[in-house]
Amino acid sequence: MPSPTERKDLAATAKMKEVMGKYYMELMRGREERRKTAWCTSVGPAELLRAMGFNVYFPENHGAMLGATRMATDLIPLANARGFSPDVCSYLTSDIGSYLKGESPFQKMKMPGPPRADCLVYNTNQCRDVKDWFQFYAREWGVPCLGIHTPRAIGELDDSIIEAVARQTEALVKPLQEVAGTKLDPARLKETLDLARRCTVLWKAVLDTAANVPAPITFFDDTIQMGPAVVLRGHPDAIAYYEVLLAELQSRVAGKVPAVEGERFRIYWEGMPIWGKLRDLATQFAALRACVVASTYCNSWVFEDLDPSDPFRSMARAYSNLFICRSEDYKEKYLERMMARFKVDGVLYHDAKTCPNNSNNRYQMPQRLQQKTGKPYLVVNGDLNDLRLYSEEQARTNVEAFVEQLAQG
Amino acid sequence: MPYFCGVDIGASAAKLVIIDESGRIVAKSLRRSGVDYADVAERCLAEALSAAGLERGQLAASVSTGYGRDNVPWADARRTEIACHGQGAWFHFRGKMTVIDIGAQDSKVIHLDDDGRRTGFKMNRKCAAGTGSFLEEIALRLDLPVSALNGLAERSTKEVTLGSFCTVFTATEILARIRAGEKVEDIVKGAFRSVVKRILEMDTVDGALVMTGGVVAHNPLLVTLVAEAFGRQALVPPEPQHVGAFGAALAARERAQEGKQLC
Repeated sequence: MPSPTERKDLAATAKMKEVMGKYYMELMRGREERRKTAWCTSVGPAELLRAMGFNVYFPENHGAMLGATRMATDLIPLANARGFSPDVCSYLTSDIGSYLKGESPFQKMKMPGPPRADCLVYNTNQCRDVKDWFQFYAREWGVPCLGIHTPRAIGELDDSIIEAVARQTEALVKPLQEVAGTKLDPARLKETLDLARRCTVLWKAVLDTAANVPAPITFFDDTIQMGPAVVLRGHPDAIAYYEVLLAELQSRVAGKVPAVEGERFRIYWEGMPIWGKLRDLATQFAALRACVVASTYCNSWVFEDLDPSDPFRSMARAYSNLFICRSEDYKEKYLERMMARFKVDGVLYHDAKTCPNNSNNRYQMPQRLQQKTGKPYLVVNGDLNDLRLYSEEQARTNVEAFVEQLAQG
Repeated sequence: MPYFCGVDIGASAAKLVIIDESGRIVAKSLRRSGVDYADVAERCLAEALSAAGLERGQLAASVSTGYGRDNVPWADARRTEIACHGQGAWFHFRGKMTVIDIGAQDSKVIHLDDDGRRTGFKMNRKCAAGTGSFLEEIALRLDLPVSALNGLAERSTKEVTLGSFCTVFTATEILARIRAGEKVEDIVKGAFRSVVKRILEMDTVDGALVMTGGVVAHNPLLVTLVAEAFGRQALVPPEPQHVGAFGAALAARERAQEGKQLC
């Protein structure tokens, strides 16, 4: 039997690196090819931008890279010193720190850094910080910053909300056309939405394979595999990639090949990844023969509401249906469903200091869900990017003690 | 007769306990953890074996716990200090309980049900408030040995409130209190109250309240104040500073007697 800590890399990952590499190269060539670059929040109106021919760049992806490479911890203080509080989003502070210092993980890929924006387009469905982040660059470069303001804590997603968000999305078309210098082609928008929807279906199928026992993929793998679903939705490359990945996972399921050798326990991850500690945590969980099988985070790029026959309203529905902008009651029911679907033994809540909107342990959610489901929980204090807020020893002991608790039976 | 060893390498102190089959402590040792955990574990073991007149070969099993649990080469298994404090407390007091362990670097709240199964636990966040380090910092600020704190606080006649969450800010508050002419004993008691408040914020208490750890061992007044704050009697097991090591020794006994696999 292989050692529990042995990494079980997915063969498809090599292809993903190619797909992502091609995306980055195209992004960098955009300016030479006279394509305009639009920065977009990760759950912003990417399909609209892609359909209008923009080079679409997602700075949150860069934020995650800064976290994963641990460059963030040195860069965040630069933004702090210029007036961005250490308490605000550490994607924002690490990305702005990266800009100020002129250092980026892109440089390891022989690219100068993030592409300069011709316009920045946000959706506040995640948080207000994305808007503040984009406005910094808009001021810096003198380019337009456009956005959609989605209501937060949405209970029932009714027509009034969908109408309001759809109208805001449609209102972006005119200023975006001015930046792009071209008209929106409705047929291309429909085609892009169709591609995005197909990508979503495949990405969800990939994540759902972890409902099998043993799970063929872990949350830690998901955080790597989600790249195309974030930056290439609406592009055929993402679809082609997830078809390959899904086939590999289905083959693992058929052969009962576990992602974590000797899987004893199944855990749900709620909250942001701790990007700079993914490998350490993956190794620790594997050594404890506990598999973190699913997360809300990676499921946040599943947009089943997208519908090419009703582009603006369906985009509005898809992007307002996000877990992060829903009410506490909705979130509780969602988590309960996910816990059952993935047959989890317990839940780990990551309380990310600089991401209150995606830290769902702060209003008694863990206690309520434990009472309802009988499944124990663990809260790990940390952050998505700012490792100054993470205690290695405390996290290690907490995880180990949690698995000991699960092992009591 | 077989003996069982538990060693708890904490952030500040290393504790070791040897028990017999009945769970009776036959020897214990205590040293500063220092920087070489393997070495301090070895020294603690040698000291306890010598005190009990035992040979190493008489130890049927050993379990390590605490921050340095991975650095004890001769341990047969390791467990977290959360498991060990729970198990150690359960040996002395049966029934549903909440164990509060106040250590040098962290505080833990551990919930056990009627059968001694852990139902939940919490550790302090990445902050020294509510831990032994906080009291060490206060002692330093007041130019006192840590061992003098309890005696001084017991002489306090006036409540001085220290309101900050943060150890550094509390130290600043103390400067203000000194400037205001407050007595040292009242300030020290205020610091004790501050630790109690941080504990109170961490979690609720279900069942019996049991307190363990080095800070509890050396500061009986803190136990009284915690009991007062939670409105119930606080039970303190024998050798409160060694409860983690004792729990580890009990785990070693289980491992040897029942072949129980530990993490």
